[in-house]
Amino acid sequence: MIARYVGRRLFQAAFVLWLAVTLAFVAMQLTPGDPAQALLAASGASKAEIAERRAQLGLDDPVLMQYAHYLWSLARADLGQSWLHGRPVGQMILEQLPATAELAVSATLVGTAAGLALGVLGALRHSTWLDTAATAVTVLGLSTPTYWSGLLAILLFSLELEWFPATGQGDLRHLLLPSLVLGFALSGSIARLVRARVLEVMEEPFVQAARARGLPARRVFLVHVLRPALPTALTIVALQFGFLLGGAVITESVFVRQGLGKLAVEAIIWRDLPVVRGVILFGALAYVLVNLAADLAQAWLNPRLREELA
Amino acid sequence: MIERPPPLPRPFLRQPATLAALTWLVLAALGAGLAPLLAPNGPLAADTSRSLLPPGPGNPLGTDLLGRSVLTRLLWGGQWTLGMGLLGLVVAVGLGLPAGLAAGYFGGRVESVTMRLVDALLAFPGLLLAMAVVAVLGPGMGSVSIAVGLAATPAYARVARSAALEIRTQPYVEAARALGGSDWHTIVRHILPNAAAPLVAFAATQLGWILLNGAALNFLGLGAPLGTPEWGAMLNEGRGYLRDAPWVSTFPGLALTLTLLAANLLGDSLQRALNTGKNPFQA
Repeated sequence: MIARYVGRRLFQAAFVLWLAVTLAFVAMQLTPGDPAQALLAASGASKAEIAERRAQLGLDDPVLMQYAHYLWSLARADLGQSWLHGRPVGQMILEQLPATAELAVSATLVGTAAGLALGVLGALRHSTWLDTAATAVTVLGLSTPTYWSGLLAILLFSLELEWFPATGQGDLRHLLLPSLVLGFALSGSIARLVRARVLEVMEEPFVQAARARGLPARRVFLVHVLRPALPTALTIVALQFGFLLGGAVITESVFVRQGLGKLAVEAIIWRDLPVVRGVILFGALAYVLVNLAADLAQAWLNPRLREELA
Repeated sequence: MIERPPPLPRPFLRQPATLAALTWLVLAALGAGLAPLLAPNGPLAADTSRSLLPPGPGNPLGTDLLGRSVLTRLLWGGQWTLGMGLLGLVVAVGLGLPAGLAAGYFGGRVESVTMRLVDALLAFPGLLLAMAVVAVLGPGMGSVSIAVGLAATPAYARVARSAALEIRTQPYVEAARALGGSDWHTIVRHILPNAAAPLVAFAATQLGWILLNGAALNFLGLGAPLGTPEWGAMLNEGRGYLRDAPWVSTFPGLALTLTLLAANLLGDSLQRALNTGKNPFQA
């Protein structure tokens, strides 16, 4: 039954998230430094005030109490307060989210389109120079760090040709270069798996049968080859979501864009640990949810899997 | 329709990609190791009268803002970057290998505890996990190496576990245990040697990941202190004068990309050689 699969998968996702959250708590406990002091350091608070704040924050409670308190806060989407700015971390994340989401979504579109095109091209022209060329582009995509390809893109398209602004954000012109750079990096792993999957599907009896029935090559390709290969692309895009988030952090830095990456990097430099923890937990949540959604979509799209589960 | 048979794969060491990859890695390692001989002035020797000179005779890859030779800094930087990669790999293999082998060999509670920890770590996107470790340890070159190593550990543990799982059921393992061999003896003498090939292949791939992300952390300014000739940090330093002196950023980027390419190609061809069923380490 599909409901049981969905239930099991939901439970699994919740369990992994709880483990991740607990890990983050342990890491915070092991980190030296007094949060109350960090929070009040800038205001020149007295020892008594710091002690009072410690009690207020529950830092004098037993560890298990603190843990329960922490879980309860997270359940209410309360990620704590920035030591540097004294503001709620959740709010700071929400402010930066649109900028990062914009980049992540457009890069995913670019990467998926390029990855599908490269992978399908390589498979259809298997063992020809086109396949070799597509594979070479794929390997380059996999191996070129975005912090280098980004600088090269700025050098060529912004400084030399002056087609696009080098840095900043706002409109489509600002978004294009970063999306291309991050999308290119993403396309490599997609192309590689799509190529392998399409090659596999082309050997299937139903494809041979469709060919034998004299169906036009285009129809055989679209209906019998490409369609069964698409769920693979979906899965790999979801699995690469973690890479995408990391890549977004770097791409934001290369193109001097606002976003979660800048928030996290600055928080690490200033040792604003609640913000670091907030961004990273948020990343883990997004990653786990995207993969959950992809698995559920997979079960929905793939009739054979649906039957197996039933 | 007559299908052309696929070309026979060439032996591992005769593939052009493998050879090119190995050649570059050896050259980069030699350059880094011999840097004190090749560039005796050192990576910090500044000469402001030679600021931002383009590549030409006397300074093959140009100079940076402080007049330091980019080539010299690249050679010395290899020590930092490759050293970081190796240290990271030691962390990932040193933790992931025993954990994964033990999980696969013993099964039961050992396995479930280890694998749940692995799952929890894998819930974090890799680079973000490494950033979290840097945040806890504080910025610096050592923290970056440990951070990327730790972030690469769960994937390595997984591969080690599945290798051990596969070999555990082999008759020679059962024989070794029936003969009264201890668990330690069985793991070290029977499981490890037979799991070595996939573990080495995956280590090459992991080295690429570690270098990519370690240099990324340095690029973000979270690792090497300002002025360190680490390749990612050099890329970052050159950004400020990209228009006037593009060579300051582009050459470290090129060196890094070639190294990543080499690690990835090596990992791939090892993997392919393994898939054909032959052990690439035996002629």
